[in-house]
Amino acid sequence: MTSKPEHHEHGHGHGQTPRVERSLLRKWFPHPILSLVLIGQWLGLNNSLAPGHIVVAVLLAGFIPIYTANFWPNRPKLRAPITFLVFAVVFLWDIVVANLQVAYLVLFHSPAKLKSQWLCVPLDLCQPEAVAMLAGTVSLTPGTISSDLSADGRYLLVHCLHVDDPAAEVQKIKDRYERRLKAIFP
Amino acid sequence: MNLPEMPEMPVDAWGWVVLVSLLIGGCFVFVGSFGLLRLNNTMARMHAPSKATTVGVGGVLIASIFYFYGVVDEPYRVFPAQDLLIVFFLFLTAPVSAHFMAKAYLHKHSPQESDLPQPHNGSGWATFKSRA
Repeated sequence: MTSKPEHHEHGHGHGQTPRVERSLLRKWFPHPILSLVLIGQWLGLNNSLAPGHIVVAVLLAGFIPIYTANFWPNRPKLRAPITFLVFAVVFLWDIVVANLQVAYLVLFHSPAKLKSQWLCVPLDLCQPEAVAMLAGTVSLTPGTISSDLSADGRYLLVHCLHVDDPAAEVQKIKDRYERRLKAIFP
Repeated sequence: MNLPEMPEMPVDAWGWVVLVSLLIGGCFVFVGSFGLLRLNNTMARMHAPSKATTVGVGGVLIASIFYFYGVVDEPYRVFPAQDLLIVFFLFLTAPVSAHFMAKAYLHKHSPQESDLPQPHNGSGWATFKSRA
């Protein structure tokens, strides 16, 4: 899918750093993006840019990733920020459309005639973070709920409220969400 | 604390935006709750509240953002960081709780396992294979 050559650098642009230095950096800053998100959340919760809040935010952003690193040992590889924006727009649009569809089903469709069904979606995604995002996307779009993952993590069990063509629904999930997530999480 | 009174809702563009988004949000919360009552089995019922958490809460939050950032004046005006964080936390937690409810449902109705589509490579669903 991606024609770009694969290069395994995490895009920090430090060039060649000695191996010891890098692992030390990795030890004290296991998840830089998580740290940034934590700073943003703390400042957002307090809704303030006062120096005291910034100090606490930086402390939290420093310690929480270190303490939780054992639960999240590998850093996800991220690519294609533009695709992420496209994904977000498609996701929000689909939420609105699916809301209207499910509202119609709830209000004007006889509950006994709903063709509820389980779907088995085969996954091409390899990174666990990507699978989690796909499952969350499927659940937040009304009408579909991700219910289980296969024991080897290669299939997602999805419950559909009303589906006429199961194969087309599976293909829609793969085309609209999984293809873009595959580009973001190579 | 001696704050001035909250202003009346003005009849201008901002006021209408707040009004309409509150109404849309309220309608979807209602439809979500009504679906919970009307649908006839557990898995179908789980689909209804997902409307309340997305467009329902979304409409109320859009109204809140426009009201507190556009309509009211200085002592009450706030930057809508907390409203955006509500969306963030909601989108983070709603799928997880739905996933666990679905898993609990599968455990309670395990004879249904034969009705489930099975993974094509024969690995089975994680809920029924509880081992490392």
